[in-house]
Parts: sequence; C-alpha cells; structure tokens
Amino acid sequence: MPLPDIKSGRLSACQYSVNFSDAHPPLTPAQALIEAERCYYCFDAPCINACPTGIDIPSFIRRIGEDNLRGAAKAILEANVFGGMCARVCPTEVLCEQACVRNTHEDKPVEIGLLQRHATDAYFKAPGAPLFARLGPTGKRIAVVGAGPAGLSCAHRAALLGHDVTVFEARPKPGGLNEYGLATYKTVDGFAQREIDWLLAIGGIEIRHGQALGEQITLAELSAQFDAVFLGIGLGGVNALGLASESTPGVGNAVEFIAGLRQASDVAAVPVGRRVVVIGGGMTAVDAAVQSRKLGAEEVTIVYRRDQQRMPASGYEQDWALRNGVTIRTWSVLKALDTSMGHVESATFAEVGDIAGRLEATGRLWSLAADTVLKAIGQTLVLADPGLATVALQSGRIAVDAEGRSSLPNVWAGGDCTWGGRDLTVEAVEHGKIAAYSIDRALGFMRSDAGARRLRRAAAA
Amino acid sequence: MADLSSTFAGIRSPNPFWLASAPPTDKEYNIQRAFEAGWGGVVWKTLGEAGPPIVNVNGPRYAALYSQDRRLIGFNNIELITDRPLEVNLAEIARIKRRWPDRAVVVSLMVPCEENAWRAILPQVEDTGCDGVELNFGCPHGMSERGMGSAVGQVPEYIEMVTRWCKQYSRLPVIVKLTPNIADIRPPALAAQRGGADAVSLINTINSVMGVDLDALLINPNTGGTGSHGGYCGPAVKPIAQNMVAEIARTPEMASLPISGIGGITNWRDAAEFIALGCGNVQVCTAAMTYGFRIVQDMIDGLANYMDDKGFAHIDDFRGRAVRSIVNWNQLNLNHVEKARIDQDACIQCGRCHVVCEDTSHQAITATKNGQRHFEVIDAECVGCNLCVSVCPVPQCITMHALKPGEIDARTGQSVPAAYANWTTHPNNPARAPSSV
Repeated sequence: MPLPDIKSGRLSACQYSVNFSDAHPPLTPAQALIEAERCYYCFDAPCINACPTGIDIPSFIRRIGEDNLRGAAKAILEANVFGGMCARVCPTEVLCEQACVRNTHEDKPVEIGLLQRHATDAYFKAPGAPLFARLGPTGKRIAVVGAGPAGLSCAHRAALLGHDVTVFEARPKPGGLNEYGLATYKTVDGFAQREIDWLLAIGGIEIRHGQALGEQITLAELSAQFDAVFLGIGLGGVNALGLASESTPGVGNAVEFIAGLRQASDVAAVPVGRRVVVIGGGMTAVDAAVQSRKLGAEEVTIVYRRDQQRMPASGYEQDWALRNGVTIRTWSVLKALDTSMGHVESATFAEVGDIAGRLEATGRLWSLAADTVLKAIGQTLVLADPGLATVALQSGRIAVDAEGRSSLPNVWAGGDCTWGGRDLTVEAVEHGKIAAYSIDRALGFMRSDAGARRLRRAAAA
Repeated sequence: MADLSSTFAGIRSPNPFWLASAPPTDKEYNIQRAFEAGWGGVVWKTLGEAGPPIVNVNGPRYAALYSQDRRLIGFNNIELITDRPLEVNLAEIARIKRRWPDRAVVVSLMVPCEENAWRAILPQVEDTGCDGVELNFGCPHGMSERGMGSAVGQVPEYIEMVTRWCKQYSRLPVIVKLTPNIADIRPPALAAQRGGADAVSLINTINSVMGVDLDALLINPNTGGTGSHGGYCGPAVKPIAQNMVAEIARTPEMASLPISGIGGITNWRDAAEFIALGCGNVQVCTAAMTYGFRIVQDMIDGLANYMDDKGFAHIDDFRGRAVRSIVNWNQLNLNHVEKARIDQDACIQCGRCHVVCEDTSHQAITATKNGQRHFEVIDAECVGCNLCVSVCPVPQCITMHALKPGEIDARTGQSVPAAYANWTTHPNNPARAPSSV
C-alpha cells in the first residue's frame, strides 16, 4: 500500500512566489485613466444601487479621471470603510459591474472593482491627513462582538458618530474572514492588517483579543456594561458530512486549510496532498481548491452535488478554478471515505439526478483517489452564550430587521451570523454601518444626515 | 472611382489634401516624405525676407489639450516663421518642384508691410518654379508684434494693399491666409478680394493660453518660467473655422472667391464638410503632426468612397452644396417643430438625457415609468433643443423628429402651420416687417 503523498515544498521558491502573488494585478495609472473615461456618469446609476454599501461609483471614477485620487478614495471609504478589501474580494461580476450600462452597450462593463482598487491603493500608500473626523463625544459605550468586517464597520461608524466602542475578538488578530478566510493571493502584502490599522486610527475603538462570547465574556455582562451591543460573530461551526470516517487523517475543513495558509509565514512550508478532493460548491471550495493547486497539488477536484449553474461560487470564480487546473465534477454526493492504514485513500461518490426538484441517487457510484479531502459544505452559527438561547433565528441564523435589530433588546447583529443576503464581505460592511446608525438613533442622537437618509431607505425597503 | 484631382486658384494637384504652412513643410526632407506619402500639395512654411534668420525659443513650442483618454483635441504653438536662411529654402523649393511636377507647391510669405520688401522677395520665389504664394496674414504670435502676420490680417486696408503689391510684382496665383483673431471675417476677406487675391485660405491659428501648472502656478508650458500666448488649432477649432468659411461662402460678393479650408481637419469627413461649405481644397497640419503623413491615404480613401457612394464624380459636384442651408437666425422657420424620440431598444439606461434635461433644460424626459427606470420624452415639455441627443452615448438612440403640418404640438396645443414664418414677421418682434398676408 502506498503511503499518502502529503508534503510541503513541492515547488521551487520562485514558483511559490509567483503562485501567491497578487492574483489580479492592479491597473497602471495609464490603464486607470483610460478605464475611468469609459464611465458614463449615469443618473441614479445602476451600479450604485447594485452596491450593498451604496458607494457613489460614478463620482469616485470621475475623481480618478480628474487626478483626484484622494477624493476618489474618500467617496469610496465614506460609504464602505473596507472599500480597499472589497475592491479585492467583491464578486463585482454579480454586483456593480453586472449593473453597468456598458453591458448593454458593448457587453463589457467598466472595471469598477479595479478602479476602486486603484483609488484605494493610491490612498493607503500615503493616507496623509485623516479623511474623516469624529463627531463630538456622546459619552455612550458600545460593545461589538467580533472584529470581522461587520463588527469593525459598525465600530468605525459608531466611533465616527461620537460613541466609544469596545470590540471583543476571540482570535489573536482582528479582521475576521478578511484575515483568516480569504485566499492568500487575493490580499497580498499584509493589506488586511494595514487597512484595519488605518480604520482604527480614527480613535474611540479599543479591541480586546482572546475574548470569545460564551467563554471570556457573556451577552448578559455586555448588556449590563454597555449602552448597546452589536454581534458580528460570523459562523463559527463547519457543517459535517455525517460519515463515520470523517475524522480520519487526511480529511479536513477547507476553512481551516485556508486560515492556516493565510497565517503561514512561509507558504512553501504548508503541506498539501498530491491528489486533493474538495467537497462543496461555494467560494470556500474554490479558494481551497485553487490554493491546493498553487501549493503544487497535481490533481484537484471540486465535487458538487448539483450542476455548475447552481454552484454558490460565481461563474467568474468557477472559471478562475478551471483556469488554475481544478477539475469540477457535478451531480455527485459523497458516499464513503475509504481509508488505508489509518489515512484517507479515496472518496466514493454516488451519482445523483434531479428528480422533480429532489436529488435522487441514480445507483451509479464512482471513486477518486485522494491524499486529502477538504470539506467546504457550509458553515453554521454557533450560539455558545446562554444569553442567545432565546434570540429569534431564521434558517439557523440570527433574525434581524432592515436596521440590524435582533429580537433581543439593545442587541443588533450583522454579517454572516444573520439571515438574508449572500454572505459577502460587502454586505457585512453595510450591516455594520446601518446598525451603527440604528444604535445612534436608539441612543437618542442621529446627528448624521447620511445616517438619517440610510435609515429612511431601510424603512422604505 | 471618383476623381479627386483639384484645380484651386489655377493650381493643379492630384488630390485636394495639402499640408498647411507649418513645421511639417519647413524643409525639403519633410516635404519629400509628404509627397512620397501621397499629399496633393504643400504650402511651404512661411519665408521671411533675406538676412539674419528668425530665432525660435529653445523650450516648449507646442502644447496640447487632451481628452481624458489623452486623445489630442486641441493644439497650440509658438513657432515663428522659418528659421532657416532664405536662399536655402528657395533652393530646396526649386528642387522639390522639379522632382514633383504634379504636386502643388505654394510658398507662404511674410515680409514687412513695405512695398519694397514684397517687390524684393516675389521674383526670387517665382524663380523656384513654385505654383503660387500664400500671404501669411494670420500668425498671431511673435511676428504680429513686429507688424506682420495677424497685425496685417486685422487691418483690411493693409490686406488689400499688400495683396495688390503681390499681384503687381508676381504672375503667381496669390492666396491670402486670414486670421480668425477678428470680430468678423468678411471685411478682411473682401479686402483680399479687392486687392486681387486669387483665393483666400482660413483659418490661421487662434490666440490661446493652454493651461496653468498648478504646482508652480505658472503658465504651462513655459520657457524658463514665462510663456506667451500661442496659436490654437486642431480638432477643437473646426467649428470656428467652418463658421468663418461659411460666412465668406454665403456672402454674394464673394461667391466666386476660391476658399482653401483650414482648421482641425483630421479625417475625410472633416474635409468633405469643408468642401460642402464651399472650399476648393483643404489644408491639414495638426492631424499630420499628431499621426504622421500616412493619414493622407486614409483621407483619400475615405473621401473617394464617400463620393462614389453619393455619385459625385468630382469634388466640384458637391462643393458648396451645404452653403445654402446656412442663413441668419432671423431666417429660421419658427413654425417648424421637432420632438426628441428615444429608441427604447437602443437605450442603455444611463439616464444622462433625463438628468441634463431635468437639471439644465426643460424637464421633458422621464426617469421612471410605472416605478421602473425608463427614459421617455414628454412631448408636452420638449422644445426640440437637441441637448439629449448631444449627451446620449449611443449613436442614433435619441433622434429628432419633425411634426408634420397639421399635427398638434403637445407643448403648445397648437396645430403646426404649413407656412414658413420667421422672426422678421413674428408678432413678438417689435421691429417686424408688415405681414404679407
């Protein structure tokens, strides 16, 4: 019996550096000017409405064209404090760029994401004087649980509105999925932490690490000590396959694989199987599969239970996987993990078909040899705190209204832990932002016109 | 295929595309390349009188106005007339003309406004065998401060006088090049005609300052910290040039005065427009200085295809055909009513037509219909101003449609009269002529 082929250092140092460099290089200044010229500066622009954070896209693009990159960055960051990261990770092909009127005109949208990156990169290179100033202090204290995009967006907006914010974070670094959950080549050169350092520089935000809800802190304590609580706790659990052999060595979670790679000081030291099977069809599956290839895995296969159209990963992400040599196989569910000498050796799948909307086995089975099997079949909300026992849920996530209010008094929530939306970073940012406005109003302030407008829009929605 | 050959003021050339008097026609080397590329003629860069040559600045002589994607829209220069010795130029002109007998070689001249100066240079120029002279009464910088160029072109009496000297001391056809830096182009053109000019050419460049360096807060470009206004040309000046050409072409006294059109001509369409406005040929400079000489082949090809398509065998078949359509405002038919119409299939929903009409005009385009984004002209508000057509990024998406006589104008509630009626007889005109009815 051959031993499982799992090892690090499959590639030359040079190849690692190429594979994990910026996947989508930024525009050059010349390209940015030419691309900016393509924007029509639409009235009531469809791209703005397609952006969950409502960035004034025509304005920031016009400012790029007018050689006012600082003004462009301001237009972006005042609507979306994570505008730099979103420029890297947003599935623009289903958001702003899908709405661009150039699609109708010539089947090629303005490259909004790359232009946003151009403006924010230029700004973060030398931020200079602060873009935003906090309103006068309110004396109110807000607790934010989770230093991910939702939590930090809420913290930043609340701090701008004059409140003092304490962020409780279980992990040693802030950023949430920006730090632990994205493919390495999407955010190179420590951008995630640089962006957060900038965000925190407005003042009024303290982050306490090693503080997990239900362990070091409880909702009851936070509610007692703070004027409002925002939960941006994400999805802490990973769905299981429900197979007995699930804990066999060689079987792991895609989420942990991705986080490990992000945190690795040297990607060459990260081991990867020669043959990798990824179960699932979302962005996590794609990030895990592509990065396995980039680490030197020879055969990487994503196996999804339905067809490619219904994969949660966008068409663009699927193409990215295929271009990187990942095989996508569909209409198959994992049936068994076969082991040899205590290690996974192959995966057996049952072929299924769509019979009147239900997946039914056709009776045919097929197998793939595998040194590593990564599970990417979704994550789940973990409610470890007794104070959350009574919170209203919807489809397993915290139910919130259009302003992010949960069923518990003085408790707001946003990001992946809440129901609704597509689990996108940009949505989490908007959740945090609108919750901060809602909290501000609940505390009796509401000194921001932008906040009043945003809440009116939420009420109308 | 259409015959593009041209006879302008008695000067023959195989096509109507001449290079204007400017840096591209400064010397034998350039002109050799131009003729090899196919240009029909050249106007040699302006010669001055014998003696120590002109001195140019050794800093920026040119500057451009760009579109956002850095296409050159406008261009400016502070070059002076040729800075090479007169004898050198004359020898080169003679060689070029001998080598290219079928091409037009016209020599641009600018000497002091004194009869002797013109009497001295004209025979020398004629000895080269060139086809004609062009009098540079247009240069707006440097030379004008010395009493030449536009300093002459701005005084009709001087134009007439110098033109007359030239006709007196030379048998060559005389083309008078006019400056646009005046209030009305007609008096200088009439003066040239009175002086016996065989033709006029226009426009020369327009006084211009191209920009300011916002870091240094200095004119940009500058030569060691100071700059001077220069002559503006290129695509941006075409409408100004066309107006001036048309003003001359539609003046009855000048109906038979040949016009050489100059000003922003970049492609065959521009050239065809100038010809339709009455020009016998066209002169090009900025386009060549932007792309090089080979553009003439694209111009020749485009113009020939257009003429074939329209059934014009010769340039004269459409020359001046658009002139009759240009009238004074008070002759416009005020009974004519147009409305914009948006082709919903072509509309890409950018909404620019709506916002400009809403913000800056007549509130005549919807933004929504039944709660959906939808841009449609409201006939009851539309005055037919053409702003929406002008800003729409999609060609032919918004078009203007004339109401037929008898149709009701939804804006006024009135039936459109069949009769023509202009301001001169309009009831609101206090100085109206008595109605003919």
